[in-house]
Amino acid sequence: MMEMIAKLSEYLQFPFVQRALIVGVLIALCSSLLGVTLVLKRFSFIGDGLSHVAFGAMAVAGIAGLTNEMILVLPVTVIAAIVLLATGGKAKIKGDASLAMLSVASLGIGYLLLNVFSSSGNVSGDVCTTLFGSTSILTLSESDVWLCIAMSLIVILVFVFFYNRIFAVTFDETFTSATGTRANLYNLLIAVITAIIIVLAMNLVGSLLISALVIFPALSAMRVFKSFRSVVICSAAVSVLCSLTGILVSIMASTPVGSTIVAIDIAVFAVFYIIGKKG
Amino acid sequence: MAQLICNDVKLGYEGKTVTEHLTFEVNAGDYLCIVGENGAGKSTLIKALLGLKAPMSGEILTGEDLKSTEIGYLPQQTLIQKDFPASVREIVLSGLLNKCGMRPFYTKAQKEYAEKQMERMNISHLAKRCYRELSGGQQQRVLLARALCATGKMLLLDEPVSGLDPKVTAEMYSLIEKLNREDGITVIMVSHDINAAVNYASHILHISSTPLFFGTKEDYIKTDIGKAFTCQTGGAV
Repeated sequence: MMEMIAKLSEYLQFPFVQRALIVGVLIALCSSLLGVTLVLKRFSFIGDGLSHVAFGAMAVAGIAGLTNEMILVLPVTVIAAIVLLATGGKAKIKGDASLAMLSVASLGIGYLLLNVFSSSGNVSGDVCTTLFGSTSILTLSESDVWLCIAMSLIVILVFVFFYNRIFAVTFDETFTSATGTRANLYNLLIAVITAIIIVLAMNLVGSLLISALVIFPALSAMRVFKSFRSVVICSAAVSVLCSLTGILVSIMASTPVGSTIVAIDIAVFAVFYIIGKKG
Repeated sequence: MAQLICNDVKLGYEGKTVTEHLTFEVNAGDYLCIVGENGAGKSTLIKALLGLKAPMSGEILTGEDLKSTEIGYLPQQTLIQKDFPASVREIVLSGLLNKCGMRPFYTKAQKEYAEKQMERMNISHLAKRCYRELSGGQQQRVLLARALCATGKMLLLDEPVSGLDPKVTAEMYSLIEKLNREDGITVIMVSHDINAAVNYASHILHISSTPLFFGTKEDYIKTDIGKAFTCQTGGAV
């Protein structure tokens, strides 16, 4: 035990570990805040769909030789989110179908483009990294960290400032717009910050596992807590703790970061589920 | 001037007319019941009255200081709300959002106002309880308190008793009646329940593809359509 603590404190001296922890905590916090709303609005799969879109955009950015992939990935994902979330009920192709369509289309085309045009010798390695996050969280540069801090701050501020409105729109969109609050505007806002979080979270857990980060903390919190505020707070706490533990475990045990975090999220969900049943 | 005026309104979806030639007005203190079969355009009319859907032709006007955003709406339960983790207080407070302007949070006065509406609906003791754990009747009271937070003038109730048992239904109706009689709140209720309509309402609007009747309850009972419907459902006044 003492040995492990000594090893851990040694690791914590490394800047790359510190960066990973800062970014991990921020991403976990942001994704869990929005997660509650997305789960309740029945948009659980949105994270998955959007991350596939982000994967496609990343493939295109890589081929185009952009040094900073964010320039392309972020706007494309934001637009996809707006199309999916904000058009909601009005679209001809209903929610889940359009989401599935968009997500597999970008995944397929992205992989195709990577194979046809990629200059890298190790295509499947690159793809695996993008899909599962692998080690990219441990190779963050200082500017990556600052970008992440800035984006997270925006997300958190927006969430706190519009908390009451986000609650109202999530609970009852019709009533909210009938009484003169522009529900569509807030749907748009939710869509945009969801996209930002997805793009940020790709660094941490990779495309395929983002949904877990968005939905598990929210679902765990909802088993036990009964008011919106307590669910949001609990979900944020669960998410941050799981990500912290996940990153540390993955460093100690040399497991992939993303899947370790997801495994811990699942375990915590199981605990909350049992507590919820008993309570 | 009346609080709400519909002038030859035509409603529909994507060019298809659902109902047309709707002309009626609602005065302060009225209790209007809108009845009609499924597909007669009741829900479309609700959306139009709330300003969520523009009529295909004709006009809907509000007057006497009533803004279209001041109609307190009691919607039917949605699927989302069935397992929504929210306390009663959180939900009632959300009715005050339209009075917040640009402010991000509720003021102390607003919170007190919400408490008063909960008292009025007799749900103060439930304030901290989780909405999804309440009975159907209690849930309706919560949503009614929220609607009262949004308005003191007009309530628009969409099938307020659907799914409630007879005892709770009667309580709900007398609660609505009290708001109408004692507090002078205008009530527009959409309902399948013709019996309740002729029992409680002051005016009746019976719609189909064209309006079949608009007028006072007393006149409605005398018409053939009114007779047919009240007999059909076995109701006597």
